[in-house]
Amino acid sequence: MRKKVISTLLATSMVLGLTACGGGSSDNGSSNAGSSSAGSSSASSASSSSEQSDGEASADLSKYVSSTDEGKVINIWCWNDEFRTRVEKVYDQVESTSEDGTVTKLKDGTEIHWTVNPNQDGVYQQKLDEALLKQADAAADDKIDMFLSETDYVTKYTDADADVAIPLDALGIDPNSDLADQYPFTKTVASDASGVQRGSTWQACPCLFVYRRDIAKDVFGTDDPDEIHAKVADWATMKASGEELKAKGYFTLASYADTFRAYGNSISKPWVESGSTEINVDQKIMEWINDSKEWLDAGLFDKNIKGQWNDDWNKAMGSKSKVFGFLMPAWGIDFVIKPNWDGKEGSWGACDGPLSFNWGGSFVHGCAGTDNAQHIKDIIMAVTGNKDNLITITKEYLDFTNTQSGMKEIAEDASFKADFLGGENPYKYFQPAADSIQMTTLSSYDQGCVELIQNSFSDYFQGKVDLDKAKANFEKAIKERYPDITAVNWPE
Amino acid sequence: MKKKKSITRAKWGYLFILPFFLCYFIFSFIPLLDTIRYSFYEYYRSGLKIVGPNFVGLKNYAGILGPDLFRYMGNTFILWILGFIPQIVIALVLAAWFSDSRLKIHGEGFFKVVIYLPNLIMASAFAMLFFTMFSTSGPINNLLMDFGIIKKKIDFMGSVGGTRTLICIMNFLMWFGNTSIMLMAAIMGISPDLFEAASIDGCNPLQAFFRITLPMIRPILSYTLIVSLIGGLQMFDVPQIFTNGQGNPDRTSYTLIMWLNNFLKAPDYGRAGALSVYLFIVSGILCFFVYQMMKDDDQDGSKKAAKKQKKLAKQLAKNA
Amino acid sequence: MKKENKIGNGVRGVVAHIVLIILSFMCLFFFYILIINATRSHADLQKGFSALPGNSLIKNFKAVANDGTFPMVRGILNSLIVSSLCAAICTYFSSLTAYGLYVYDFKLRKAAFTFIMAILVMPTQVTALGFLRLITNMGMYDSLLPLIVPSIASPAVFYFMHSYLQSSLPISLVEAARIDGSKEFQTFNRIVLPIMKPAIAVQAIFTFVGSWNNYFVPALVIQSKNKMTVPILIATLRGADYMNFDMGKIYMMISVAILPIILVYLFLSRYIIAGVTLGGVKE
Repeated sequence: MRKKVISTLLATSMVLGLTACGGGSSDNGSSNAGSSSAGSSSASSASSSSEQSDGEASADLSKYVSSTDEGKVINIWCWNDEFRTRVEKVYDQVESTSEDGTVTKLKDGTEIHWTVNPNQDGVYQQKLDEALLKQADAAADDKIDMFLSETDYVTKYTDADADVAIPLDALGIDPNSDLADQYPFTKTVASDASGVQRGSTWQACPCLFVYRRDIAKDVFGTDDPDEIHAKVADWATMKASGEELKAKGYFTLASYADTFRAYGNSISKPWVESGSTEINVDQKIMEWINDSKEWLDAGLFDKNIKGQWNDDWNKAMGSKSKVFGFLMPAWGIDFVIKPNWDGKEGSWGACDGPLSFNWGGSFVHGCAGTDNAQHIKDIIMAVTGNKDNLITITKEYLDFTNTQSGMKEIAEDASFKADFLGGENPYKYFQPAADSIQMTTLSSYDQGCVELIQNSFSDYFQGKVDLDKAKANFEKAIKERYPDITAVNWPE
Repeated sequence: MKKKKSITRAKWGYLFILPFFLCYFIFSFIPLLDTIRYSFYEYYRSGLKIVGPNFVGLKNYAGILGPDLFRYMGNTFILWILGFIPQIVIALVLAAWFSDSRLKIHGEGFFKVVIYLPNLIMASAFAMLFFTMFSTSGPINNLLMDFGIIKKKIDFMGSVGGTRTLICIMNFLMWFGNTSIMLMAAIMGISPDLFEAASIDGCNPLQAFFRITLPMIRPILSYTLIVSLIGGLQMFDVPQIFTNGQGNPDRTSYTLIMWLNNFLKAPDYGRAGALSVYLFIVSGILCFFVYQMMKDDDQDGSKKAAKKQKKLAKQLAKNA
Repeated sequence: MKKENKIGNGVRGVVAHIVLIILSFMCLFFFYILIINATRSHADLQKGFSALPGNSLIKNFKAVANDGTFPMVRGILNSLIVSSLCAAICTYFSSLTAYGLYVYDFKLRKAAFTFIMAILVMPTQVTALGFLRLITNMGMYDSLLPLIVPSIASPAVFYFMHSYLQSSLPISLVEAARIDGSKEFQTFNRIVLPIMKPAIAVQAIFTFVGSWNNYFVPALVIQSKNKMTVPILIATLRGADYMNFDMGKIYMMISVAILPIILVYLFLSRYIIAGVTLGGVKE
C-alpha cells in the first residue's frame, strides 16, 4: 500500500519535474528516501547545480559524476532493444525514438543514444570494458552514462574495487525503502561484496516447467498443471516419468544444458571465492554432470541436441519435435518457445518444475563518470522501482517483473490469462517460485565457468571423452579465459 | 656505363620502395616489436582489473610450450593438408582441361566464372550455411533419410572425422577456383610447340601432363603452395564459426589462431604475445624452405627468360 | 593412333563435363540455398529445409533495410569505400615497389627483396595486439583508415607483381623511355602501369574480395555502428540476440552483402581470366 503511495507520488513528480524544468526552477533534490523521487525529479533542471546542496548522498555522488550539470546526451550501452522498449513504454519523459531505434528524444531535449553490441562471444563486455577503461578521457557526450549487465557477469561490474557502477544511494535511491518491493535476491545479486547495491533490475526470472499439452495427454492422460507438476516434482520423480515418456517415444527435456541452471543456481559456494584465484567446482555441478550423463544414456534427452541457442534446440520447440518440455523463465516462454512454435496456440502449459531457480535477468547501472546523474536516477526508478510501471511491463511484454506485491496481484488475478499457455495464468506458479529463490553465491567468473563447463562436458556426455579428459579440457579452457586462475578444485 | 647509370638512379629505387617499407614499418613492425616485448611480461585483464605489466622472463613461453602447442599445430596442419590435396589435384585437372585445346568444353566461360564464386562469400557466412545444412535435423540428413541412404541420422559435427572433413570441404570449395585460375594461367604460358612435339613423339595426354605440364608450372605450383600454406597457418574463421569456437569434439579441430584468439579475447597480452612469437618462428621456418624453393625456381626462370618473352608476345596477340 | 587419341579425348570430354557440372553444382548450391532462405520467414525456416522459395522476400528485405541497429546500406557503403581504396592503393604501391626492385640496382636491393619474401608468410594475427595499441595511440581507433592504409605493404601482391614484371617488362623498354626524356616517375605511371593492367586487374579483384570479407581487423578496430563494415554487421546481427532472432533476416542480410561483390566480380571476371593468363607467363 505504501508503495502505491510512493509510485503515485513518483508519477506526479514527473509531471512536476517537467513543469519545473520548463520554468527553469532550481529546486533542491532531497536525499531523503521516502520523498526522494518527488524532490529530485523536479531538480532535473539542466541549469541547476542542485546536487551540491544535497546531503550525504551528493558528497558520494561527486566522486562518480564528471559534471553536475546534466549533459545533453545520455549514452546507454546494452545488447538488444529490450531495455529501450521498456523505457519507451514506462518512462514518461520519453518523447519519441528515431525510426532506426538508435536515438530516443526526451521531453526536455536530452537525447538517449543507444549503443548496442551483441552479447554473444562476449563482444558486448569486451567493447564495454574498453570503453569503461577510456571513460575518463572521453568527451562529455561520449561518456557512458548507463549500462546494462546480465546475472552471469553482473558481479564484474558491481565490484567495489572496479567502482564503475554508481551505488544506488549515491544516486539518491535508497534500496531499503525505494526498492523495498523488489525481490530480495535481485538486490543481493546487484550488490557488491559489502552489500552496497549498485544496480537494479525490472525483472526476476524464476523458471517453470513448460510442457506440451498434447504430449501430456498422450502419455499421462491429463494436461492439468498441478497433475503434471506431480510428475516432475523432483529429479527422481521426473526421471521415473521420463521412462513413461520414453516408452511412447518422447524425450523429457531437450538437452543437458536445459537442466544446468537448476543445478548451477544452488551451488553452496561461489565458483571463485572472493580474493581467491582457485575455481571450486561445486558438488551440485558434479551432480549435474552425473545426472546428465545418466539421463542422456537413458534416452531422456534428445542426444541430437547439443546445448542451447542452436538450430536443433530451436527446432525442439516446433510441432514435429518429440521433446516434452523445457525449464523456462517468463522471457523464455515469450521470446524463445513462442517464436519457434509452429502449431496451434494454447498447446503449451506451465507448472512448477523440480525446483525453483533463476535464469537470466538484466541489471541497469549508472556509470561512474556520467554527467546525467539525475536522469539515471529517474530512469532506474521508473523502469525498476515503480510498481505500476512494472505491472504495465508485465502486461505488455509478459516479463515477470521485480515487484513482489504486483506479481502477487497478477498471480491472484483470475482475469489474467496467457493464450499461448492455453488460457493458464503462469504467474500463479512463477510468483511463489520467485519467492523461494536464493542467490548468494555469485562471483565475477561465473559467465566463463557456466559456459565452459557446459562446453567441456558436452564431449563427455556424448561419449567422446572420459570424465578425466573432460575435466582437463575444462581446466584448460578456463585458464585460457581467465589468466589469473591458478587451480581448479574438484570435489571428492 | 650501365653500372654508372644505375648508381645515379639508385635513389629512385629507394624512393619507389619507400612507401611499402614505411608502411610496413609502422603498421607491422612496430606492432610486432610491441607483441614481442609483452611476451616477456605478465600482463592481462581480469574483469576490469588490469594486472601488470610485470616482467616475468620466459614464463609465458614455458607455459605455452607444451603438448597442446604441438597438438593444435597438428590440427592446423591436418585441416590444411586435407583441404589442400583435393584442392591442388582438382585445380590441376581443371587447369589441364581448360587449357587443352583438343578438349572442347562447352560453356567453358561459364564454368570458369562459377568455380571462383564460392571465394566471394565470406568464410563466416559459408561456415554458418554449412552448419545449418549438416546439423542433425538439417536438410542433408533429411535428404539422406528420404532417399533411404542412411537409416539413422548422422551426427556429422559430433565426430572428429565429420567435423574435420566438413571444414576441409569448405576450404576446398572456397579455394579450388582461385587455384585453378592461377594454374590455368601457368599452363597457358607453356609453349604449344612443346605439346605438339610430344604428341608427334607418341605421348598420350597423361604422359604430356606429367612430363611437360607439371615440370613447366613448378614455379607457380610453389607459389600456390606458399599462399595456401600461409592461409592454412592462419586458418581461423571456418573452424571458429563452424565449431562455435570450441574446436570440438575434444579440441580436435582447434587451430593455432583459434588458440591465439582465445588469448586475445581474455585479453592476456603476455601469453598471446608468446604464442605469436612461436607462430612467427614457425612461419620463419616455413619461409626458409619456401625461399630455398624460390631461389631454385628463379635460376631456372632466368635461363628461359628469352623464351618467355616470345610466348608472352604470342599470348598478347591471342588476347587482343 | 590418331583415332585412339580422338576416342580418348571423347571419353575425357565426357568425364570433364561431368566433373565440371558436379563442381559447379556444389558451388552454386550454396548460393541457391542462401537465396531461398532469404525468401523464407523465420517460422518457415524453423519447419525445415525447402528447395522452393518462400514468400517473405520483401518482409525480410524491409527488416534488413529498416534496422537502425544494423545499418546495412551504410555498411555496404563503408565496405565499398574500404575495399575499393584498398584494392587501388594496394595494387598501385605493390606495382611501384615491384618496379623499384626490378628496374633499379641499389645496394639494399637484394636485402629488401629477401625481407619482403620473409614477411610473406607472417600471419596478420601475430601483430594484432600491437597493431590495436598502435592504432589507439595514433588516434585512429574506430576509423576506417587503419583498414585501408596498411594495405600499401602487401607482400603477396608485391610478389605477384614482381613475377609479372620479370616476365612482361623488358628493361630495354624503360631505357627507351629514358632516352625519350621521360622522367622516372612518369615512366612508371605512363608506360609501366598500362603494361601491368592485367596483373593489376587480377590483384585488384583478389584484394577487393579479401578486404570485403575481412573480419578480423575491422572487428578489432571498429566500434561505432556507422563505421562498421559488412562482415562485422553480419556477425553483430547473428550474435545480436536470441530474443528477437530472425534467421530469414540474417540470410537476407548475407545475400544483400554478397550481391555487390558478385556484381563487381562478374563485371571484372573477363579481366581476371585474361589477366591471370597473361600473368601466368612468368614462372
